[in-house]
Amino acid sequence: MGHGVLASARALRDVRTWLPLTAVQMRRLGVDSVPIGLFIAVFTGIVLALLSSYTFTGAVPLYFVGALVGKTVMMELGPVLTGLALAGRVGANIAAELGTMRVTEQVDALETLAYDPASYLVVPRVTAGVVMFPIVTALAMAVGVASGWFTAINLLDLSSHEFVKGLKLFYQFKDIWFGLVKAASFGGAVTLLGALSGLRSEGGAQGVGRAATSAVVWGCCAILVLDAFWAVVLL
Amino acid sequence: MLERLERLMISFRGVHKSFGPKHVLRGMDLDIPDGQTTVLLGFSGTGKSVSLKLIAGLLVPDQGTVTVDDQVVSELDPDGLVALRAHIGYVFQFAALFDSMTVEENIRLGLVRRGLGEDEMAERVRESLRLVDLPGTEARYPAELSGGMRKRVGIARAIALRPRYILYDEPTTGLDPVTSAVIDQLMARTARELGVTSVVVTHDMRSAYTVGDRIAMLYEGRIRQVGTVAEIQATDDPVVRQFIEGRPDEAPAEVAGT
Repeated sequence: MGHGVLASARALRDVRTWLPLTAVQMRRLGVDSVPIGLFIAVFTGIVLALLSSYTFTGAVPLYFVGALVGKTVMMELGPVLTGLALAGRVGANIAAELGTMRVTEQVDALETLAYDPASYLVVPRVTAGVVMFPIVTALAMAVGVASGWFTAINLLDLSSHEFVKGLKLFYQFKDIWFGLVKAASFGGAVTLLGALSGLRSEGGAQGVGRAATSAVVWGCCAILVLDAFWAVVLL
Repeated sequence: MLERLERLMISFRGVHKSFGPKHVLRGMDLDIPDGQTTVLLGFSGTGKSVSLKLIAGLLVPDQGTVTVDDQVVSELDPDGLVALRAHIGYVFQFAALFDSMTVEENIRLGLVRRGLGEDEMAERVRESLRLVDLPGTEARYPAELSGGMRKRVGIARAIALRPRYILYDEPTTGLDPVTSAVIDQLMARTARELGVTSVVVTHDMRSAYTVGDRIAMLYEGRIRQVGTVAEIQATDDPVVRQFIEGRPDEAPAEVAGT
């Protein structure tokens, strides 16, 4: 695994190989993941608004619902839930694709055509992950807060003005970039682990299946570890 | 010309290669002369495909050296390997075409890497598809091709690079006899028209006799016998005789166990 990480770092120099391939991966890994990111955000916002209202039970002013939904979606649940969903979708996709290429000798074929598999296969995916995870997460943050607002004004005894008042109460710009920095690191980890798991596949379909499982498991673990790491470092 | 033919371009010296507990190559020595087609025969699992991968630098020997053009392959740095592979065309057992690319894109991929102009790339794609009798298939995807056609596209991809060496890994495995004969003709024509040095790994004796200038038998990780087609056909070696006659009796222990 360490060797694969080093090879990928060295492959960053080969810009003319990986740069043209990155846009395609940004669409496949990022744009195509927007629906699942937004789907999760909608329901996260709804549940957070209802849960906070239920928890406050009159002891805390209800406009704090806006503060709780905003802080939680932007700093934690937006990046982490989107990251976990994408670890399944993107991590498994990359591992299965590259694993199949490995066991059908397409990776060897790339090498005989004088391409470095790290430049051609790994770096475009990792770059796309680092760029696109924060974009999907930003959209999820916006939709999560919006669905929390919609729930609050329709199902709770709260006006738009009060919800926004609560949202702005403890808001700092750091809330957003903290979430986006985490999302970028999740994107890098999920795609790198997916690619390396795939490239290490062996033994046919069973090996590819193992690689996909391993990519999802390690991707999720990496997200949780990085989540704690950024909380310690940045908060 | 004679001097060129007798130059050794690829050589194995005391090559060992293991995969976990399986010791595949056990001191392999072989010389592959320039301009000839050398066929590597052997029972399944004796390291024939591994030998090709060692030539192309896709694997590294545990011990011993593989030399191509006086360069020890395992000692080359990444740039040296890229330079070496620029002279090698590799035809994989199942073609190893890129599923998401058309036939033309598969062939162009290696040409793009060599920085050729658009016109020259288009000409090479056309010419290589003509050589393998597949003109007009440029826009098709690998999934739309038969097994034999995929192998021919694999050969086209290799020869489009104008390599000095072509390595064929079981080019006729899984094909019907007629398609196998077409592939054999194609390999012979490629060697003749392009003057390349070819190494062919196969189990198919008819193919070996058709395309081979020399035949080498790999057995228990070492070269058991090397010779011309006539020498191999006349051999007294019981293992080689058993293999070329396809006799199941007195199978070697490791084969009988599989």
